Amino acid sequence: MNRAIELNQVWKFYGDYAALRDCTLAVQQGSCCALLGRNGAGKTTLLRILAGLTTFQRGGVTLFGEKPRAEKARRESGFLGHGIGVYEDLSARENLHFFASITGNTNLRALTDSWLERVGLARVATMPVRQYSRGMRQRLALARTFIHSPKILLLDEPFTSLDDRAIAMLSELLTEARQRGATIVLSTHQLREALAIASHVALVENGKLRYTGERTQEMLDDPALLYRLHTELGTPQ
Amino acid sequence: MNLLRQSVAVARKDLAIEIRTKESLNAAGSFAIVILLIFSFAFESFSDEMGEFGGGLLWLVFVFAGALVFNRGFARELPNECLDTLLASPLSAAALVIGKAFANFAMLLAVELVSLLVFGIFYGVDWLSVAGWLGLVFALATWGVSILGAVFGALTVNLRLRELMLPVIIYPLMIPVLIAAIELTNTVLNHRPVSGQMEWIRVLVVSDIVFTVLAWVLADTILVN
Amino acid sequence: MREKLVVALALAAAVLLAFNLYNIFVMLPDEASQGYIYRIIFFHVPAAWVGMLGFFVAMTLSVLYLAGGDLKYDSLAASIVEVAVVFSTVNLVTGSIWARVIWGIWWTWDYRLTSQLVCVLIFSGYLMLRRAIDEPTQRARLSAALTVFGCVNVVIVWKSIEWFRNNHPGPVLSFRTGGKSGMDPAMLHALLWNFLALMIVAAALTLIRTRQESTAREIDSLRRAAHV
Repeated sequence: MNRAIELNQVWKFYGDYAALRDCTLAVQQGSCCALLGRNGAGKTTLLRILAGLTTFQRGGVTLFGEKPRAEKARRESGFLGHGIGVYEDLSARENLHFFASITGNTNLRALTDSWLERVGLARVATMPVRQYSRGMRQRLALARTFIHSPKILLLDEPFTSLDDRAIAMLSELLTEARQRGATIVLSTHQLREALAIASHVALVENGKLRYTGERTQEMLDDPALLYRLHTELGTPQ
Repeated sequence: MNLLRQSVAVARKDLAIEIRTKESLNAAGSFAIVILLIFSFAFESFSDEMGEFGGGLLWLVFVFAGALVFNRGFARELPNECLDTLLASPLSAAALVIGKAFANFAMLLAVELVSLLVFGIFYGVDWLSVAGWLGLVFALATWGVSILGAVFGALTVNLRLRELMLPVIIYPLMIPVLIAAIELTNTVLNHRPVSGQMEWIRVLVVSDIVFTVLAWVLADTILVN
Repeated sequence: MREKLVVALALAAAVLLAFNLYNIFVMLPDEASQGYIYRIIFFHVPAAWVGMLGFFVAMTLSVLYLAGGDLKYDSLAASIVEVAVVFSTVNLVTGSIWARVIWGIWWTWDYRLTSQLVCVLIFSGYLMLRRAIDEPTQRARLSAALTVFGCVNVVIVWKSIEWFRNNHPGPVLSFRTGGKSGMDPAMLHALLWNFLALMIVAAALTLIRTRQESTAREIDSLRRAAHV
């Protein structure tokens, strides 16, 4: 099977401080990897490196064989960070139109309309986002992320602060993405939701990858197992 | 060309937001008009020689008003982490910076036009008859300051004290463009032939090209942490 | 090791400066038309050379940092810029004093003075920028970008005003009064010796400053480690 994402001995420094140390990870195409770890462990940093938002000082990273800042890599990936990434003063339609256009789509009108319908914002499509409720903004953020049918999805704590409707929509979109063979990397400290959809897990602690491997039934039964086994809370590995 | 297409998309988005909210245009425009009026009182006794001061006065107004425009440029990407979203998209960092420069350029030209109208009325200076040359000078010089405003707007976007740091950094860098713009504007407003000042045109063109190329080369370095 | 080097440089500079000061103020005769005040050029001109050289070395180091990512280049560049700003300011002030005595004016838009002033302004901005950024890698990156823009800018300013002044002559601060055969050899030697002395002072100051930058980075990384 193809390796969609490869990190090879990656180090990231802030000055002399190593935020990520010697991280090596391979994510197979079509799999869903959950990045687990406490706050400050380095999950977000790792994801941002994959998204091309942050540089790294040592090692190599490739997405489908391309560097993260390469246009091809960014065209094939979709990123959802902590912020919703839409403009308050534009309408949902204008936002989607803009993001669809810069992600290299054609037939923008039809694409935008179908996504607005999909996330239930068709009736309010011309209102500025500033007037939207929180749930509406979240759904628009999802549309923005998935509109170009990315082959790689990079999601930073996507379940945090989503309402039920948005969580359901996200789960549906992720399932669909996996069915079309997309690769997903999501960071979270909400173990249950993540482990339910993940095929693989990677545990980050203090900038190091303590464990990488397939998600097992044991993990599903006892989500805290990983932490106990592989972090400094438990027996040293 | 992909870079051009992407830059235009960014500029259109920014101008769409600006036309709707008019944040920068209102602030910069009012500021420019107020300064011109104040100088009109202050220099009333020199009104005959206004032609000689006109270039300096106008460009002073434009760069101060411009700082208001440049500050908003990248600051507008901060809410909802739109900047991250843009950088993670296939949009190149260079297209983002150049697109912002296009938007700065358009907004600053609008402010300049309004300022010229006020200037013409309150200082009794006839600029309409030299509108062609004036347009060329303004276009070249405005691009120079706009690209600097975009690059350093990007550089300072995540800093505390952004509104303070941006003017402090870019005003010295604008000096060659400003000197050329002021000399040429004075020449044109006084109906003197520009042919005697072609070197200043060359300075503007060289500055524009050099700053744009540097912006293109360094955009990724500046925006990606 | 570094401390020993700094002390050695400081001592060398002190000896050389003592010798130079004696030479400049006691040994050399007054200049034909300018009188006593001309002696200021023995500080004015070398300070300018040290300053300008510093800025362009800093630009090279910035490019090296951008290419390789080694923070030592950044520390060195920042230290050199700081020292160069000081020397350039000395250049501007001494030039101003000299011009006031000789020409009766404190300032003129001579191309060298203007370029020097622009340099000082740009790199003062650089120093302010560095203080506004806490994270060392970000600080290095953004400072390097500003240095590149700054140095290119200074070249443009220099060239454009040089051209302008060739076509529109104004007062030119030239120490070669009459502009004939250049400087008297004894004066030229004194100038060059003082240039050496000031370079040594600049080197010592740069080393001290670079050490401070490394220590600051170390403290920053310890702080980050402690907060995890």
